[in-house]
Amino acid sequence: MDAFQLVAYFQDFQLTWDYFLDQLVAGLTLGSLYGLIAIGYSMVYGILKLLNFAHGEVFMIGSYIGFFVLTWLGGAADPSLPIVVVIALMFLAAMVGAGLLGVVIERFAYRPLREKRASRIAPLISALGVSFFLQQLAVLLFGSAPKQYDAFSFDSGSFFTSITIGPFEIQYMQLFVITTTVCLMVALTIFIARTQVGRAMRATSFDLEAASMMGIDVDRVIVVTFLIGSALAGAAGVMNGLIFQNVDPYVGFQVGLIAFTAAVVGGIGSIPGAMAGGLAIGIGRAFSVGYVSSSYQDVIVFVILIAFLLLRPSGLFGTPVPQKV
Amino acid sequence: MSETPPTQPEPTGPRIGADEWVARSDERAETRGGISGRVRAWYERVPKPAVFAVAVAAGALVPLLTAQTENDIYFLRVGTVALVFALLALGLNVAVGFAGLLDLGYIAYYGIGAYGYAMLSSDKFGLHWEAWLVIPLVVAVSALVGLLLALPSRRLVGDYLAIVTLFFGQIFYIIATQGYRVSFLGLNKDLGLDRANWDLTGGPNGIANVDRLGAFGLTASSERAYFYITLVAVVLVFAVLTLANRSRTGRAWRALHDDPLAAQAMSVPVNWLKLLAVGLGAAVAALAGTINAALLQGAFPDDYNTQVLIIIYAMVVLGGAGSLAGAVLGAVLVSVFMLEGLRPQTPIGDLTGNGRWVFYGAILLVLVTTIRPWRRLAAILGGIAAFGVVVHAIVAATTERGTDGLLNTAPDTFEEGGPLGWLIRQWLALPGGTYEVGSRTWFNVALVGLIALVLCMTLVKGWMRDALIIPAVWLAGFVWETRLVLEASGPTRLLLLGVILVVVMVARPQGILGRPRVEIV
Repeated sequence: MDAFQLVAYFQDFQLTWDYFLDQLVAGLTLGSLYGLIAIGYSMVYGILKLLNFAHGEVFMIGSYIGFFVLTWLGGAADPSLPIVVVIALMFLAAMVGAGLLGVVIERFAYRPLREKRASRIAPLISALGVSFFLQQLAVLLFGSAPKQYDAFSFDSGSFFTSITIGPFEIQYMQLFVITTTVCLMVALTIFIARTQVGRAMRATSFDLEAASMMGIDVDRVIVVTFLIGSALAGAAGVMNGLIFQNVDPYVGFQVGLIAFTAAVVGGIGSIPGAMAGGLAIGIGRAFSVGYVSSSYQDVIVFVILIAFLLLRPSGLFGTPVPQKV
Repeated sequence: MSETPPTQPEPTGPRIGADEWVARSDERAETRGGISGRVRAWYERVPKPAVFAVAVAAGALVPLLTAQTENDIYFLRVGTVALVFALLALGLNVAVGFAGLLDLGYIAYYGIGAYGYAMLSSDKFGLHWEAWLVIPLVVAVSALVGLLLALPSRRLVGDYLAIVTLFFGQIFYIIATQGYRVSFLGLNKDLGLDRANWDLTGGPNGIANVDRLGAFGLTASSERAYFYITLVAVVLVFAVLTLANRSRTGRAWRALHDDPLAAQAMSVPVNWLKLLAVGLGAAVAALAGTINAALLQGAFPDDYNTQVLIIIYAMVVLGGAGSLAGAVLGAVLVSVFMLEGLRPQTPIGDLTGNGRWVFYGAILLVLVTTIRPWRRLAAILGGIAAFGVVVHAIVAATTERGTDGLLNTAPDTFEEGGPLGWLIRQWLALPGGTYEVGSRTWFNVALVGLIALVLCMTLVKGWMRDALIIPAVWLAGFVWETRLVLEASGPTRLLLLGVILVVVMVARPQGILGRPRVEIV
């Protein structure tokens, strides 16, 4: 293969600046989504040291709730209310529903184990069971065929037209997803930094036993953590529906796995880390779809995960914690 | 692996490695009265090797009780599949039960075994290596992959192992389904290679026409031969793992399981033990994979996905993590009753009725074993029957569609369903046209209601709980007959496996044959 062929080959790959920016915007959008889900994993892990495998399924149920609200309000093509109100209601319902689901899961699948002081592996297996239960429940209740959001029909397609901001060409939908994520992140940061419950959460995450001795109702903090994390996952579920146009019962497992990787890459237990990890994984995935192949995007995420575990196990934002006895 | 310790005089006090309470649990069990206590006491006196020998002999007799007719081949196949799962459960027990590591990539080693065997002895690449060569090779490669995979997470908390391995399981599935168009960065043609894509795994179609197991000119071709081969493999693996569990390594695994930090402080080589546990489990899984590939004469990606992993976990957890006999028991129970018992259609005819027996039998068994005294049990059972009849009468009198719905006796036949069917139709209120797509709303409402009821049941105690059991059982029957029985081999099965995982962990974390864990603080 001579140099000329090589150049032609890379031109085939559309190695242009515009194409790169398009992929970057797509990656940022995806990354916001993963970041929102990763926060839920990270918050729960920070407090309970538990991998909440069921979190991906909460995200999936949130996406279904958004879909049903949309259908109930007449569908994307012919909504009975203004489009802004419809989308706001979808987000509200999905966040409330997913939040409550998270609290129920904690109450019935994790708390009994905590009270029994079960071995470390028991809650993980329980979480795995909940995850499978919810997935198959969705298959039975909603069917295994994907449900179409059909968001292209919103306002006869204007939701997906692009505007130019600086060098970026960005769709309204992508802009909307990124802005919503930023707003939710700011709200969460203020909540954790300023409110009393937020302070209790930080204390519990720092040391659960000491926090309970200082008069913090740890069970309540855990419930709030699950509520917030799951509500964010519900919001991400609606966003997923808007981006990919559909929802099926298996989406939670796939996306949950990637979002969990994002939480690890960002440094598990750290909220800004989860967001940063989400963006990193989202951009990595978008580039691997754009430049390599869409079949192997999960393989690339896996490689990133292994690389991080080898080179920087505490993640981007985490600090290595020596184990105390 | 370490050599077995020199024989010591039987210690009289508490055993090493178990605290006193645990060590004396056998004595306390013996003091239990009643029939169950006497049976248990009698069972405790029988030496364990004798129990093992009787179990193996019973297993070996199964094929002799059947002639080689069409029906019996099906029953033999059920037995062989149960034994393959037993092998898988034994291997998973090493990582999960002995060492306390959540190895979620376990399914990939099973797949590596199957695909390895399929690639090396089939028409795929024209290689027809014999089993005595392929099996050790594939098992060794799989163990090595397990070691390499556990390597990056060795310094970290156990949870990272769970993610890395779960992801690895996914990657294996992706590679298996996408591996039919492998190319070097899309450049094969440009690099002067003979074709644009290589086909390594057969993609979604898998690899077919795999050779039967054979060595030195002998080939195992009958269903019986596979039953015995798998049985021998199970017995060997069981023996090896029993010895491993009693060895110094086994004790170190238990220490690691109970408290990794304390074990490390006692200079137990924690990292090496983790690698060893994952590697040994991977080897057993690969062995099961080779047998499965030869049994099915093919390797297909959907036999090696996450759903199968959940099935194996349910087996280990149900039997009791850490107990080898429990793993085998769990595997046989789950694979015979849940995988085969709930199957709506088999090569020898429709078996939907079996699923019905298994379902109601399991509910009855749980009620009978958990509710005491018998007066309370009788009251609840009577309440369940009465509740159904009353609801039936009310629904029949008030609704248009009535209650003359027929039962599903095969995937597409709806009949009266014999005496059991008559009872069910009098007890439940099945509206006419129960199985039409339009009736799904009722099923959805009933299923969500059932879940809510069961969750409420765990919150209340005493007579309130008893009162909730009655509508819960009725609703369970209703959702079963209206929809679950139709999907018994698909979502229903996996839904129930998920329930098993959660319920066992919440109610009895040690499983059927496991030892309860006591934490001394």
